[in-house]
Amino acid sequence: MKLEPVIGRYGEFESQNRKFRLYYEEAGQGIPLVCLHTAGSDGRQYRAVLNDSSITKNYRVITFDMPWHGKSSPPAGWQKEDYRLTTGAYTGMIMDFVRALGLERPVVMGCSIGGRIVLDLALKHAKELRALIGLQSGAYVERYYDAGWLDHPEVHGGRACGAVAYGLMSPLSPEKERWETVWHYMQGGPGVFTGDLYFYQVEGDIRGRIGDIDTSVCPLYLLTGEYDYSASPRDTEAVVARVKGAKLTVMKGLGHFPMSENPEAFLGYLRPVLDEIR
Amino acid sequence: MVEELARLVNANPEIVRWGRRMNETFMVEVGETQYLLTVRDGKLQVEKGPFTQRSWAFAIRAKREAWEKFWQKTPAPGWHDLFGLLRRGDVAFEGDQRVLMAYLMYVKLVLAAPRSA
Repeated sequence: MKLEPVIGRYGEFESQNRKFRLYYEEAGQGIPLVCLHTAGSDGRQYRAVLNDSSITKNYRVITFDMPWHGKSSPPAGWQKEDYRLTTGAYTGMIMDFVRALGLERPVVMGCSIGGRIVLDLALKHAKELRALIGLQSGAYVERYYDAGWLDHPEVHGGRACGAVAYGLMSPLSPEKERWETVWHYMQGGPGVFTGDLYFYQVEGDIRGRIGDIDTSVCPLYLLTGEYDYSASPRDTEAVVARVKGAKLTVMKGLGHFPMSENPEAFLGYLRPVLDEIR
Repeated sequence: MVEELARLVNANPEIVRWGRRMNETFMVEVGETQYLLTVRDGKLQVEKGPFTQRSWAFAIRAKREAWEKFWQKTPAPGWHDLFGLLRRGDVAFEGDQRVLMAYLMYVKLVLAAPRSA
């Protein structure tokens, strides 16, 4: 077995006055780069970034599984409530994680829901962050399908979530990486994807606030795959039109999960951005 | 194209396995032309309409031009998945959504099968 340089750890994590057993992975040293996974998935999506030595020689790449996701546990009492992500809880969790690890002015990169929340981080925490990278960023997506079916006792959640994620990828991305991405979705807990989509499609509408983002305090890079119809290039262009100084790259041939569905192509777009930030 | 689906799917165990538990009939509408797709343990039988008093679990309806773009060997962005068409209103899902969502991966693989033909 050839070992990867990636190290995984568990820790007791507190956010929003609740305790979670949190799992995170890291590799490399230098500028902290915190990576945020998509709705209903986990940090394994960033496997290629964590394994890229040209990045990890200058960056300490860290990705945590959000509570309820991947190997992070839900809080005690989860069985008594519906999981629902909100803007306040999400931003609070990210900054609590940054403080818990003592990270100094990290770069934060997020995809999809993570690409949305970096816009909120840009508004509320710009001075504490070195740069923000939004993958598949949009200010809002209307509900174009009923996410309630992804959390229904008569529909297998893993199969349904996997089928939804499958379609969001580019037909040009390698089959192996696309189906790995689907597998992560198939492993999500019941109602977790739907709970994240509450933020993405309902509560987390940030259209009215993004005009106040000041990219002179914290640079904002937006990279969007052309095959994404959930956060399409047009959706990201609408953000750039409102945020002075935001830098847009449309990634040819990539879909909604660039770092996971086609790691090699994605790294080709990410490395120059990280070089510029450094 | 829909007439070809039975041949394309039934010869492909990689698709059939996703519908192994499916025993349902669903409608696919290509413009004015209706098709009924009956699934038995993942194998397909396709009938071309018009139909009189036939039942189906769910229907997927789109214009002929939309299907033609969807069936390109490498579809353009936004034409590569049914939910992409759904966001723009280029496809309608009707009937029992529970059945559609339960077998969504199979249905997606079946309807995309002409791309590799």
